[in-house]
Amino acid sequence: MSMKYVDEYRDPELAKRIAADIDRLSAGRSLKLMEVCGGHTHTIYKHGVEDVLPPNIDLVHGPGCPVCVLPMGRIDDALAIARTDGVIFTTFGDMMRVPGSHGSLLDAKADGADVRFVYSPLDALKLARQHPDQQVVFFAIGFETTAPSTAVTLLRARAEGIKNFSVFCNHVTIIPAIKAILDSPDLRLDGFVGPGHVSMVIGMRPYNFIARDHRKPVVIAGFEPLDIIQSVHMIVKQIEDGRAEVENQYSRVVRPDGNTKSLEAMAATMELRPFFEWRGLGFITHSALKLRSDFADWDAELRFEVPGLRVADPKACQCGEVLKGVIKPWECKVFGTACTPETPIGTCMVSPEGACAAYFSYGRFSMASERSRLNILPAGKAS
Amino acid sequence: MCLGIPGQIIDIVDDANSIAKVNVSGVKRNVSVALVRPEGIAPGDWVLIHVGFAMSKIDEAEAHETMKTLNTMGEVYTDELAMFQSTQI
Repeated sequence: MSMKYVDEYRDPELAKRIAADIDRLSAGRSLKLMEVCGGHTHTIYKHGVEDVLPPNIDLVHGPGCPVCVLPMGRIDDALAIARTDGVIFTTFGDMMRVPGSHGSLLDAKADGADVRFVYSPLDALKLARQHPDQQVVFFAIGFETTAPSTAVTLLRARAEGIKNFSVFCNHVTIIPAIKAILDSPDLRLDGFVGPGHVSMVIGMRPYNFIARDHRKPVVIAGFEPLDIIQSVHMIVKQIEDGRAEVENQYSRVVRPDGNTKSLEAMAATMELRPFFEWRGLGFITHSALKLRSDFADWDAELRFEVPGLRVADPKACQCGEVLKGVIKPWECKVFGTACTPETPIGTCMVSPEGACAAYFSYGRFSMASERSRLNILPAGKAS
Repeated sequence: MCLGIPGQIIDIVDDANSIAKVNVSGVKRNVSVALVRPEGIAPGDWVLIHVGFAMSKIDEAEAHETMKTLNTMGEVYTDELAMFQSTQI
């Protein structure tokens, strides 16, 4: 194994010892483990984690990048709201360059729409206070990590009676996406590196079905390279012991019951949509949140006309396959040629949490990718 | 968005709305501590911050280790810090 990165890790000696033990325990057996979270994908490429792990451990990148999974139709809806007269449209920076079918929010801004970056939904609410004659809309995206912040902001808007503020809600929930992947025949996985910050909110219990019904280990992991290596070790150990359990490697942040206050705020303001479209995964039932009817006054989907159309992805783009873990970024036909972070065709190349962007920035020269390219390992045909 | 940044609580500045001033790498801004208040939040405590909200209380050693890692992340962290700097909560 290559150790060119390992000296940057929190405890390089420990990382080497654990990697050696993973090698010993797995004994050359091909194992496919999915890291669900885009933050993990970023760490893996940035810090060369695949090159530190033995070559029989294949890390498959999952759908946990909120920018990536949002389908193009929702971007078009956001653009329609942003282009409405009198609207200040606020968004996290990640969303600005995501292409809709006719340009991005950045293009809309260049055309004169009032689109602004905000760090927090509370900054959007503050804009609403400062501009009582305009409508301020917050483009809410993200998994359970960011949904509570939208929820608290909505509660505050109602408490203060701020009526020129609304939320275009695109929050998604991770568990139904994992279910969809487990039910998909495209991919056989041996275990999951569970998302750290989503779990900080939802706790450990929602993952129980993966261990119980699918007999796959889940280890909730932190975001440092050593965290991921330790989590892989815990998964491999479960597999070798014949166990399938939900374990918590990131106990310094994740409590078993999650964050009760966050869950209460979400339940008070949002409810599950009957179904929601995910890029690559299609329509998944009960996989996204919308505002509850008592927050209708703050619901941008009710306040503004949105096209609400389903739009097919550009033909050349294989983000869908990448998000399902069926192909690696470099296997996409347009990767690094027509599609780069400067000229993204698909969402996976836009967000730093997207597998394509992370791989383009850091992973292109990794040994793991070279191995897969040369087919020394039967990548995709294991197990 | 998944990036949590550690900050140290300086003071609770708006008790009714659970807003606290925090210090992140020398940058002092307000964040909401509404979601971690049941854990008991006081000046000097360290929290992990996402999009203007403290989401989890962490210990000081953990905060310093996380900062070290974030500092190796380059643009992703400097972008996040620049966004944090822009907040007017």
